[in-house]
Amino acid sequence: MYDAGKVIVGLLVFLCLITFPVWYNVGSGKGDFKPDLQLGTQEKECVAPKLQIRASHMQLLDTWRDTVVREGPRLYRTWNGKTFEMSLTKTCLRCHSKKEKFCDECHSYAGVEPNCWNCHVIPKETQ
Amino acid sequence: MGIGFSLTAVILLVLIAMVGAGAARLEVLFGVVFPYLALVVFVVGFIYRVVMWARSPVPFRIPTTCGQQKSLPWIKPSKVENPYTAWGVIVRMALEVLLFRSLFRNTRAEMHNGRLAIGSAKWLWMAGLAFHISFFTIVLRHLRLFTEPIPFFVQWANRLDGLFDLAVPTLYMTDLLFLVSVGYLFLRRVFIPQLRYISLAQDYFPLFLLLGIGISGVLTRQLFKVDLEAVKELALGLTQFHPTVPKGIGLSFYVHLFLVSALVAYFPFSKLMHLAGVFLSPTRNLANNNRMKRHINPWNYPVKVHTYEEYEEEFRDKMKAVGLPVEKE
Repeated sequence: MYDAGKVIVGLLVFLCLITFPVWYNVGSGKGDFKPDLQLGTQEKECVAPKLQIRASHMQLLDTWRDTVVREGPRLYRTWNGKTFEMSLTKTCLRCHSKKEKFCDECHSYAGVEPNCWNCHVIPKETQ
Repeated sequence: MGIGFSLTAVILLVLIAMVGAGAARLEVLFGVVFPYLALVVFVVGFIYRVVMWARSPVPFRIPTTCGQQKSLPWIKPSKVENPYTAWGVIVRMALEVLLFRSLFRNTRAEMHNGRLAIGSAKWLWMAGLAFHISFFTIVLRHLRLFTEPIPFFVQWANRLDGLFDLAVPTLYMTDLLFLVSVGYLFLRRVFIPQLRYISLAQDYFPLFLLLGIGISGVLTRQLFKVDLEAVKELALGLTQFHPTVPKGIGLSFYVHLFLVSALVAYFPFSKLMHLAGVFLSPTRNLANNNRMKRHINPWNYPVKVHTYEEYEEEFRDKMKAVGLPVEKE
């Protein structure tokens, strides 16, 4: 092999780069971390079924915001006929009162930075 | 022919993933075994090809240059376009690797009213650069699923990429740019007759595969919705070599992952190896110092020589006898 030194150094750099997640997780020691959500409510029902909320809550909130701010109506009828006010603070956060233990737990795990708190005041934690 | 074959191959891959991970419920196979296999093939194949390249001797400096060579002291040399030092080569390589400098000089010849006209053609350079930058950013962004906690530069890439805050979930700039540029790279092969003539299945297949990966990725994010927490659990497990396959991730994820596995496994066998090849190109990575340094051919065998000193040593007496001049008395 010609220029063996340079080629081997290049290959080693390449291997280090593509195995970055492996040694990074070893270094951080948090590879097995899993979000642990705390509801902070006795309520059993959300405004939509659990799976749908998990997957599409951001779209629901986006629709709510546009509906309330641009069109006016403030009441939301759920799939099973209940009525809720379309409000992050008054509806969502009333049950999910612990932002850090609920919203942030998943968002920081998935690296998502929602823009809710650009306008909304971060609620004070109620223990 | 190449187009049909490649498109069919990619569609087959999608169908295999749909049937395998969907109908047959082989989540472990598609979520763990195939990705690991693909990675092994990738790493071994990559190293093999680089080593094979490095074993080819390059006895003479053969850089393709386009600037004034270093010669007489009063002629200004072009340090980067015709490098004669290691630094010149490094700058030239950096410009090539990061900005595709040689492609920037791309020209196009056309007949205009019976006369040949040559003009600059930047579209290929632009689409190529856009594609590579967005692909790199997308790979970087995906690290958020493979690392915990997420490193700051991955967060930055995420934030910058979603800067326009379009749609929910945020539509990434690079996702759009990726699809548009790969689309262009494909369409130019179809619509430019000369290019279509020289395009083969090995040119179309990676493009279709990349398009498939891009489309399945965007659909997974924007439309079909998968359980992101489960995806990250799987990805983190893979990085730590004790993978768990959570239930109910969603089919579109497995289609995306299988296409990526196919790309990764296909990589060492394909033209995509230019990832390593660009660094090993003798026309790029050599300094043009043929006349400044002595480069010895590595396969030269030892030649038996008889120097003048030895010759004189042997025949000194006879030379003196006939009156020939000698260097040593």
